Amino acid sequence: MTPLTVNGTTHQLDVAPDTPLLWVLREHLGLTGTKFGCGMALCGACTVHVDGEAVRSCSAPLSSVAGRKIVTIEGLAALAGRDLHPVQQAWIEEDVVQCGYCHSGQIMSAAALLAKVPKPTDADIDAAMSGNICRCGTYQRIRAGIHRAAALAAK
Amino acid sequence: MASFHSIAGFHLVTGAVVIVGSAAAMISGCAADASRTTSSESAAERARSQAAFVEIAAVLRHPRCINCHTVTDFPRQGDAGRRHAQFVLRGPDNHGVPAMRCNSCHQDSNQENGVPGAPHWALAPLSMSWEGLDDNQLAEALKDESKNGGRSLESLLDHMAHDPLVLWGWNPGGTREPVPVPHETFVRRLEEWMATGAVSPEPSP
Amino acid sequence: MITASLRSNPAAVRSAFQLAVVPPAIVAELSRRGFLKLAGATAGLVLAFHFTGRSARAASAAASATATAGFAPNAFLRIGTDGVVTITINHSEMGQGITTALPMLIAEELDADWSRLRTEFAPVAAEYNHAFFPIQMTGGSTSTWTEFERLRTAGATARALLLQAAAAEWKVSIDGCRTEPGVVIHRDGRRLDYGALAERAARLTPPEKVTLKEPSAFRLIGKPTRRLDSLEKVTGAAQFGLDVHPAGTLVAVVARAPVFGATLEGLDPAASGKGPGVKGVVQVPSGAAVIADDFWTAKKARDALAPTLRWKMPEGAPVDTTAQAARFRELAREPGVPAENTGDAAAALRGAAKVVEADYAVPYLAHAPMEPLNATVTFDGTRAEVWTGTQFQTMDRAAVANVLGIAPEQVELRTTLLGGGFGRRATPSSDWVVEAAHVAKAARAAGLRAPVKTMWTREDDLAGGYYRPMFHHRLAGGLDAQGRVVAWQQTIVGQSFLAGTPFAEMIKDGVDETSVEGAAHSVYAVPARRVELHTPTLPVPTLWWRSVGHTHTALAVECFMDELAHAAGRSPLDLRRELLPADSRERRVLDLAVEKSGYERVNLPAGHAHGLAVHASFGSFVAQVAEVSLQDGWPRVHRVTAAVDCGTAVNPLTITAQVEGSVVFALSALLYGEITLVEGRVQQQNFHNYEVVRMHEAPVVDVHIIARGDQMGGIGETGVPPTFAAVLNALFAVTGKRIRSLPLTRAKFA
Repeated sequence: MTPLTVNGTTHQLDVAPDTPLLWVLREHLGLTGTKFGCGMALCGACTVHVDGEAVRSCSAPLSSVAGRKIVTIEGLAALAGRDLHPVQQAWIEEDVVQCGYCHSGQIMSAAALLAKVPKPTDADIDAAMSGNICRCGTYQRIRAGIHRAAALAAK
Repeated sequence: MASFHSIAGFHLVTGAVVIVGSAAAMISGCAADASRTTSSESAAERARSQAAFVEIAAVLRHPRCINCHTVTDFPRQGDAGRRHAQFVLRGPDNHGVPAMRCNSCHQDSNQENGVPGAPHWALAPLSMSWEGLDDNQLAEALKDESKNGGRSLESLLDHMAHDPLVLWGWNPGGTREPVPVPHETFVRRLEEWMATGAVSPEPSP
Repeated sequence: MITASLRSNPAAVRSAFQLAVVPPAIVAELSRRGFLKLAGATAGLVLAFHFTGRSARAASAAASATATAGFAPNAFLRIGTDGVVTITINHSEMGQGITTALPMLIAEELDADWSRLRTEFAPVAAEYNHAFFPIQMTGGSTSTWTEFERLRTAGATARALLLQAAAAEWKVSIDGCRTEPGVVIHRDGRRLDYGALAERAARLTPPEKVTLKEPSAFRLIGKPTRRLDSLEKVTGAAQFGLDVHPAGTLVAVVARAPVFGATLEGLDPAASGKGPGVKGVVQVPSGAAVIADDFWTAKKARDALAPTLRWKMPEGAPVDTTAQAARFRELAREPGVPAENTGDAAAALRGAAKVVEADYAVPYLAHAPMEPLNATVTFDGTRAEVWTGTQFQTMDRAAVANVLGIAPEQVELRTTLLGGGFGRRATPSSDWVVEAAHVAKAARAAGLRAPVKTMWTREDDLAGGYYRPMFHHRLAGGLDAQGRVVAWQQTIVGQSFLAGTPFAEMIKDGVDETSVEGAAHSVYAVPARRVELHTPTLPVPTLWWRSVGHTHTALAVECFMDELAHAAGRSPLDLRRELLPADSRERRVLDLAVEKSGYERVNLPAGHAHGLAVHASFGSFVAQVAEVSLQDGWPRVHRVTAAVDCGTAVNPLTITAQVEGSVVFALSALLYGEITLVEGRVQQQNFHNYEVVRMHEAPVVDVHIIARGDQMGGIGETGVPPTFAAVLNALFAVTGKRIRSLPLTRAKFA
């Protein structure tokens, strides 16, 4: 049995240890907010937080995250102690999403950025967010959303 | 001009240095018997040292090594040494930037999906960048404690022989070509080089 | 999509479904027998909307029988006794924002309280058929403009009934009643919430005729309105097809043919990769499906099984895209089937003072939506339930029914959110859904009693076909001594994806409209123009890809226009202005884009240059000016200024977002996109070798909207076509070298 704390709840998982965290979350814990886009850390749709760092769950086997603290998109607001994390709020205000499929990962990456860099520059955003693909092309709104989130968080 | 620690307490100011004795004795720092040699034997040993380094350099310059020993603010990928995809950057601590840390994607071991991994996956610091260096500069950089992470030759050898991140170069996973020189050969060449005075090859003209 | 031809050349449409087309009218009539007719102002053709043959009266009678259900005057909306308006959306949401725009149409005329709105996606039923096609589908950038009248009428009808109900309740004349969002108000001050009126309204007979609002009275339509689906999408609550997981669902991952057209020679039961969690391995027409408790188990077992499978190779030489491109180039030099023959282009070329010739070539492209394909099928032997994100509900349901040997009515197909479509989720053959049905059927035959979710990996998606076809254009243009374009000859070579499908009837006289749209009968007033088409038959499955034929015709036409201008020593802008009718909508967007970008006026930084393109598609008109430079030997697109005229802007935020996204989508294809085949095998596996634009390369896109009430067009695709030429023309201005073959990774920059 592998222990795993996800969004504050500790689970004991009877799952093969080579199972990527992504599938543990989606299929064994029913948390489908974290998405599958490529399966090899190329698209970022599967981004979660592991001990506060952005990690691509499709490439992190359960064994590598055992006993660690995972936060998924479902737990992000609670992490911020609000109804919505400033990034989520900013995304709504800036009308960022289109199909929305990439945005769990986009938001988790953006939140990880803002946790370390509260007032990111455009260069910071390029560096932090170019791992997250959006086929709908919402990049300039993601950028605006991050700036807005920084302003919201500063309030 | 070779420079190295005066281990045996015996060196020639001309810059050609010869140590006679076992390599193990040399690197253990113990005083070794130093017998006087003829200058042609010194020259031959110097040449052997330099030749050993040329083989070492071939390993260091192999993509599996040099892709992370870059002089740039980004790592490289593939045998062509392309800039790492996804705009991955070095970051101030050589471990990436917030939200795009090296270990956001890279684990402690190679993954089935092809993502390479090893413990402490990260870029080597800029002081250990090897891109664009000729054999002489490479050797000098390797030996320079102010650049090589404060390593003595002994600890440098230990690093090359045992560090899992270094060893990854020989077990890179996926379809990546491992370093073609066998690791044991590489270590032996290092030992030989260090036993023969760790002589740097001549600078390029 | 298909409807490009519908709009420009309705007479060309002869489909198996007996369509008729009409331009929209202002006043709608709702007949007592439940038909909604639009009277064409000029064309005299009639568009018939069909509410399943059940009259609106019958529908409301059914609603009154279950009074707590409230009021459901038509298939598109119901109002609960709590006043919440539930809107049933009969189109698929793939990011284009119809989940917001379509409710705006209803809510406007209904005078609904926008904050008390719910939406749901429609089941498959005839009343939800596309307004122009007798199938339920989403595509061709048509949802908003084709629903513009119908949904507004649905809302207006409901409002009329609510007013009637209030008047009856208060025993007053209806003239004294008006609506504010969510309430009916009498001039004496009395108010009743829609919820309070719902049951009474449900018992009333809908009026024969309703009057729609004048645009000047719009409260919602035309206002920038934030998306209704943002909250669920930013919290992870949104359900995409891949997220559907009824209790006990098994997951199937299929090992498919390594080359198109190969068939599985047989499944060795012993080599079935049994292991913990693997429930079975079944053969289906597309290959071998490994069924397991969960995706990871299924995928690993599939990956282990795949190399052991034996395939019967198809007849003919294996596809090699390099050789194929060379053959296309040769074929473009031979006479093809005429798609346009205006004047005598050959003679005009011979008489021209200067002739310019060029070849343009574009590769196969994958759609690569972020959500890989998937479908969950539950089949109990008599009935089936299908969950998937699809653009083609009616066809998919019929196809599933056919596979399972049951009637379409026995199949309940539920549409989820789509994690991107771009046309991939609209296949005439319903490919991935059919496959999932086969898997479910075979699973059941193997004794498995559970829902089965067939999931594709990214590798499966990229290798799975249904690409934007490879195309070649050979162009020859003639200039007179004054530098005017007097002749235009264009030979196009590329596959037809309509051939062999139910849409094949749209191919007229050997010309597949979708291969030449945007080139044949171009708006440019060239006195002599001949466009010809070759349609090779090849084993690579192809499909419409966001903006379809315009993806390559706009590139060829707008780049070649630039070449002609350069050969004539003239401004590309002046040349276009000369050829575009002065009062044309192309001219209007061109002028606006030029004005806003400073094209030929503003001094750009050293090494930067502007490129221009204008193109109409799907009823809308877009001009773009791209600002480009080379950085470290690679094109960097800094900014794209876009002017778009879609006639009426229902939601300006949608329009802006769609154009912004379209530019990025096109740019990915321009810079990186190609699917290549060697020995019949697709060479691209994942986003490392099918690269796309990311944040650090994304340009700033400025969108300027013209909405002056001209005929309304679509927006989902229209922003894509001009991007290619705008960037390529800018690159020419930067480097002096013409690039005529994509993607740009194949070009050599200094």
